[in-house]
Amino acid sequence: MSVSVQTEDFDIAAEIEALTAPDRDIGAVVTFSGLVREMTHAGAIQTMELEHYPGMTERALEEIIDQARARWPLNGVRVIHRFGPLAPGDRIVLVIAASRHREAAFEAAAFLMDYLKTKAPFWKKEAGSHGAAWVDAREADDKATARWRTSSS
Amino acid sequence: MQILYFSWLRERVGEASEEIETQAATPADLITELKTRGDGHAMAFDDISAIRVAVDQQMVELDHPLEGAREVAFFPPMTGG
Repeated sequence: MSVSVQTEDFDIAAEIEALTAPDRDIGAVVTFSGLVREMTHAGAIQTMELEHYPGMTERALEEIIDQARARWPLNGVRVIHRFGPLAPGDRIVLVIAASRHREAAFEAAAFLMDYLKTKAPFWKKEAGSHGAAWVDAREADDKATARWRTSSS
Repeated sequence: MQILYFSWLRERVGEASEEIETQAATPADLITELKTRGDGHAMAFDDISAIRVAVDQQMVELDHPLEGAREVAFFPPMTGG
């Protein structure tokens, strides 16, 4: 199982161990984890609510992983994304890419995160003393996704 | 046809989903039809440039054919990660 969409927190060390233990050919593991930031441009937040599209989310994440596997020689991939109410400092997302060598693992992890941000159906709503607001999509994220279309392959 | 709304579209429409009978040929046509259902719908679909659509859980453009579609979802650009 390479994709999980869940409300519960995850254990990063346990996830790395589960992914890498069965495969002694792995020489490089790159892990990215995203956290809820407290300060936003509107002020400090108390909660972040993550909404998603059950069914499509899992399908979209699987497709993103298939694309990464087609581009890099990956021995293992793991993606966990949480939904529901979260607080500053909480873990939101985990991406692990494992390969024989570091270049593929680094690039695949960056690709997975860039694609996940613009192609997986999640929406964030931040709430604090200033009120509550849906987070706007960032142009920088679209550009980060687009760079993979122009380079290599 | 099952229509789903997420994020602020859901809040403006006031429902997460609704079942409707429609002959709309494309999501754009469907939006024109949905806007007549009430003020909330009209407000939700006010700015088409801010809306993304998935047909049977696949992202498509607003002129994608709806023939045979079972589920159409409307939402703003995604903000995961």
